[in-house]
Amino acid sequence: MTNVETLAEPRYSPLKATLQSLVASPPAIIGLAIFSTIVLIAVFAPLISPQNPYDLMSLDIGSSLMPPGTPTWDGTGVYLLGTDGQGRDILSGIFYGLRISLMVGIGSALAAAIVGSLLGMLAAFKGGRTETVIMRLVDLQLSFPAILVALMILAFLGKGVLNIVLALMIVEWAGYARTARGAALVEMERDYMSAARTAGLSPMRILLVHLLPNAMPPLIVLVTIQVARAISLEATLSFLGLGVPITEPSLGMLIADGFQYILSGKYWITVYPGIALVLTVISINLIGDRLRVVFNPRLQS
Amino acid sequence: MIQLILSRIAQSILIILAMTIIVFVGLNAVGNPVDTLIAPNAGQAERLRAIQALGLDQPLWKQYLLFLGNAMQGNLGLSFVSGEPALQLILSRLPATIELAVIAVFSALVIGVPIGMLAGVYPKSWLSRAIMGFSVVGFSLPAFWVALMLIIVFAVQLGWLPSSGRGETVSLLGIQVSFLTVDGIRHLILPAISLGLYKFCLVVRLVRAGVMEVSQMEYVKFARAKGLRMRRVIFLHMLKNIMIPVVTVVGLELGGTIAFAVVTESIFAWPGVGRLIIQSIGVLDRPVIIAYLMIVVVLFVVLNLLTDLAYAALDPRVRGRTA
Repeated sequence: MTNVETLAEPRYSPLKATLQSLVASPPAIIGLAIFSTIVLIAVFAPLISPQNPYDLMSLDIGSSLMPPGTPTWDGTGVYLLGTDGQGRDILSGIFYGLRISLMVGIGSALAAAIVGSLLGMLAAFKGGRTETVIMRLVDLQLSFPAILVALMILAFLGKGVLNIVLALMIVEWAGYARTARGAALVEMERDYMSAARTAGLSPMRILLVHLLPNAMPPLIVLVTIQVARAISLEATLSFLGLGVPITEPSLGMLIADGFQYILSGKYWITVYPGIALVLTVISINLIGDRLRVVFNPRLQS
Repeated sequence: MIQLILSRIAQSILIILAMTIIVFVGLNAVGNPVDTLIAPNAGQAERLRAIQALGLDQPLWKQYLLFLGNAMQGNLGLSFVSGEPALQLILSRLPATIELAVIAVFSALVIGVPIGMLAGVYPKSWLSRAIMGFSVVGFSLPAFWVALMLIIVFAVQLGWLPSSGRGETVSLLGIQVSFLTVDGIRHLILPAISLGLYKFCLVVRLVRAGVMEVSQMEYVKFARAKGLRMRRVIFLHMLKNIMIPVVTVVGLELGGTIAFAVVTESIFAWPGVGRLIIQSIGVLDRPVIIAYLMIVVVLFVVLNLLTDLAYAALDPRVRGRTA
């Protein structure tokens, strides 16, 4: 009776290896800690918020523009970060705003990643005219600044959570297409790709089952960074009044809302949602920077 | 070479035409400007008159051809709101935007290059690490948030600088500019910082990377071995080689800066095209939106064309590949 399991090599897990390498860097740990906290807050916002900012019954217009630390109107607690012009608790507003910001950022980055990587891999795989058309479109898209393209699309579509996700997706797909094509071109040279072709597998199967997993690392890095960029861009557009509607306030919307009170010294309405936004963006960037090193052994010296 | 130039120009014209169709159709597919422009209690006859006056009763392709024909003659329609020609409206606001963008990019270069060199020459010092840390943060911070913080600190709390408008302007060759008056400069500082911060971080990183790469080159070692002072080597020999990529990138970014001025201008109430376009989108002032987009598209296409041609002129390999 030999214990075979103990003798066997531990199975190599790419996820575990990546995570281990990720937490080897202090900035990445900080980023990961902040970002997980933010995600938890966003997920559990309805449970932990002192007030439901959408529920008009819980608002008191007499408590509007209160500075941080003011006791609430019903005497059950304090407005930790103050209230805005409608008497909404800023802290609760941030908790709920994080949900929308994260949803838009992650949603648009993933949608763009799917569309962009598929088109990029298709370009590398097919070559010829398909490649020329796709890559020309990519060049055209990347030659215009993101904010301008997003502005243009939102001017056409109008406000709305779905519209902004769509706009951000259109802005971002090109980056993924370029990266995916680059990674795919490298992989195409490898033997396993010729083997897959010789085996007569369908192009769809080769692309999705064999090419995609191997072209993944640079795409994962890009997704991470693009989530931060998307959140930042969404906040900017919402700040300009072109992003999410007033009924679904993201962080950018909250900041814009406080802008009118800035000159009268009521800083808290703008500053605290802004800090939440900055922490979100920076924590994601810290993780992305480390992922870039983890997936690129050449940078690890 | 001539063939290449002609084919690139033809491509650019095609892109501009394609963009006119996208912009025109996209803008007409949604929203009805009549609703925002006439009083809600207006009668049917009044409504009809407004629609006819704006040319909205014609079929879409006819509106497009009319628009294209007029655009060729520099007529992009009248603003629905003010009744002024849209093109003129945009052009009258453009100098303010260009002034802001040029000053932001120029300051980013003037301040960023020495700081980047410092960080590149002494990469291990704490100052260099602080500079790099700052540039990482500068890259991550959303520009509008930086602008708001600048207002809170320097305009509201300290009261040192104004937070809105252009201040006093003087006429320079028939164009109103702010940077020649003290009041104008005071008004320029905060918007220029918020618009230029990203470029500054970019310049610092590019220059630092350049210095670190060039320091390893034989000609630098030779110049040092010859007994030249470090200062002379840096400013005379290294600077020239570093500036090529920096100027290329910054030149390309100038267009992006003008586009991004939308945000800065809205916050600082800077009377440029960016602020105009945001206001126009709010009231669906189609001719102004279209005029703005057309001007920006042409600007970008021309910038890209010039870069392409410059590369082709400088690098024979590009010429061979694309001809």
